[in-house]
Amino acid sequence: MTTVLFFVFAAAALGGALGVVLSRNPVHSALWLVQTLLSVAVFFLLQDAELVAAVQVIVYAGAIVVLFIFVIMLLGVDRHESLEDPVKVQRPAAIALGALVLAEIVFLAGHEWATGARTARGAPIEGGTGAFADYNNIERVAHVMFIDYMWAFQITAGLLVVAVVGAIVLARRSGERPEGQEPGTPAPERAGPESGSGQRPDDAAVEEPVGEGAT
Amino acid sequence: MIGGGIDTGTRIVGPDVDFLAIGPVLALAVAALVVILVRAILRKRGPVNQISLGVGLAGVAAAGVLLGIQWNEVRDDGTITTIAGAVRLDTFGVFLGVVVLAATAMSLFLAASYLEREELEAPEYYALMLLSAAGMLTMTTANDLIVVFVALELLSIPLYVLAAFDRRRLSSQESGIKYFVLGAFSSAVFLYGIALTYGATGTTSLTGIADFLSANTLFEQGTLLAGLALLLVGLGFKVAAVPFHMWTPDVYQGAPTPVTAFMSSATKAAGFAALLRLLGVAFPLYRTDWRPAILGLAVLSLAVGSIAAVIQTDVKRILAYSSIAHAGYILIGLQVDTARGRQASLFYLLVYAFMTVGAFAVITVATRKGDDKHSLDDYRGLALRRPVVGGLLGFFVLAQAGVPLTGGFVVKLEIFSSAVDAGEYGLAIVGVLAAVVAAFIYLRIAVALFTSPGGEAADASEDRPVDRWTAAVLAVTTAAVLFAGILPGAWLTFAKDATFL
Repeated sequence: MTTVLFFVFAAAALGGALGVVLSRNPVHSALWLVQTLLSVAVFFLLQDAELVAAVQVIVYAGAIVVLFIFVIMLLGVDRHESLEDPVKVQRPAAIALGALVLAEIVFLAGHEWATGARTARGAPIEGGTGAFADYNNIERVAHVMFIDYMWAFQITAGLLVVAVVGAIVLARRSGERPEGQEPGTPAPERAGPESGSGQRPDDAAVEEPVGEGAT
Repeated sequence: MIGGGIDTGTRIVGPDVDFLAIGPVLALAVAALVVILVRAILRKRGPVNQISLGVGLAGVAAAGVLLGIQWNEVRDDGTITTIAGAVRLDTFGVFLGVVVLAATAMSLFLAASYLEREELEAPEYYALMLLSAAGMLTMTTANDLIVVFVALELLSIPLYVLAAFDRRRLSSQESGIKYFVLGAFSSAVFLYGIALTYGATGTTSLTGIADFLSANTLFEQGTLLAGLALLLVGLGFKVAAVPFHMWTPDVYQGAPTPVTAFMSSATKAAGFAALLRLLGVAFPLYRTDWRPAILGLAVLSLAVGSIAAVIQTDVKRILAYSSIAHAGYILIGLQVDTARGRQASLFYLLVYAFMTVGAFAVITVATRKGDDKHSLDDYRGLALRRPVVGGLLGFFVLAQAGVPLTGGFVVKLEIFSSAVDAGEYGLAIVGVLAAVVAAFIYLRIAVALFTSPGGEAADASEDRPVDRWTAAVLAVTTAAVLFAGILPGAWLTFAKDATFL
């Protein structure tokens, strides 16, 4: 059963990967990528790594691919993409490095141990050690996240708030006053060629108009 | 339990949380969230600014009260360790918390009038500054490298935004992007240091690392020493120690002046909190390894900070270089690695916060429109035209130079005598020489203040009146610097009580 699943999804993962590279349409590439990522999630499940599988689906297949598609749509789907490499050495270098990584993986897979962890050929580790012996892997992650590192995990929430506020502060068009003032009607002191970009008159002389044109 | 057929059990039990220990952080974070809420709900611009300033100051005041309770608690009953060992509340942490909070309060005051006259978005500014201060308070009590890292991010990321806050000025944008790129890079270096340290010791807890190292002897020191070195690089960046100082002049110059005041005082205190804890709590057994590194940082910071300041012509840049030199003095106290040295460093951080905020407070009101005319020529004759403003800038500049009867003299004396006590004569001599070189540039500012500008007569009508917020900051900082210089006893006792790590 496991073997059958593995080969089915291995084929799906490889097919998806080829699809990503060979599709002419970037949206198709992104969809092929979803297939590959989901297949890899199945591999994680086969390895008893349920949490990583879930994260793979939620973060990669969910968020990151959506982000890809978002960017593609933003840049315009129908724009013809030039497949010419601006840097000529890039392609042969990529092939050489890819071959090197493949050789490395094949070499390491032939050994029992690599980097201190067991490889595909090593004996499976039963249970685990110490206090975590009878925890499954989600419980282990929960233990680390909600006990050992709970404080760090909690203050990460502060980081998210900062990210939202900071992004809004920096992304808002400079000088825009959302309240009390109609957008598009420059205040009297802002009238003039620079109106709307929020430049003070004394700055206009020494600085390029920024902010408005950047978006 | 919702588990149903799945065996959920009750095996995961959350750690005990001592809310007093994290109270100040929570107070600031809640204040920041309320500010954001108020901003989102209310439409009128004027009241929103007033309310958010009030909420921010209330948060800072609440945090201050909590710090006072904490101080009494830990001084009488000893260190509190809570949340699975991630927070370690001791007098040291409370002391630097007080420094951070004082700097935050003064920076909020400075920002109040600055934001109004530069027409910047006040509530977001306050929210970001409060969150950054929350990160700093987290840092001062952090007992785990992961917490140190998250706190480092929480204090830095708002600062990147604040540095670029005045987006109409190119120099502010440049300041933000420069700080962001270099800061993100240094965070990555710090994180790599955590990874290597974890690899070598199997724990990220600072006390855990110390326990591991005292119970085991490592055959291969390489991983641990490389990790320690990278951690020093990451924190060296935050405290602006040479050779990780390259960002400082540009960022200090370009950022809005209240932000610069905040960065130079509070960020430095938070960075040194992590540095002192890292070296004093986690790696006391490796003192023979890290002391030479700190020696190098201290000597380079003193030399570069003092000498490079001499060729600057912009007052904000001069103060940036002088903040690098001040980091060098504080590093001397770390380097000698005695209780006296740590006491001197803490005392220095406290007094320096007032000196630097005071100097930047004058700068916010000293020049005319905008925030980018800070060359020495712009300050020429300031004390003749506006005796109080110019005189105060002269006072703070001389205090930073270490003129007797000011706090700057006493802190330097403490640092040097702690170095001499520990037999580090060379370091003390380097420090004194650096002070002499730096005195030149401070005197140059002072002389410029009192010489007539000649040529075109300055138009007094463009001068900015000193508003009451800034006046309050100036009064507090002047009093503090004078008080520390004339009666340093109480301050020294405060710092001494805080030196237990």
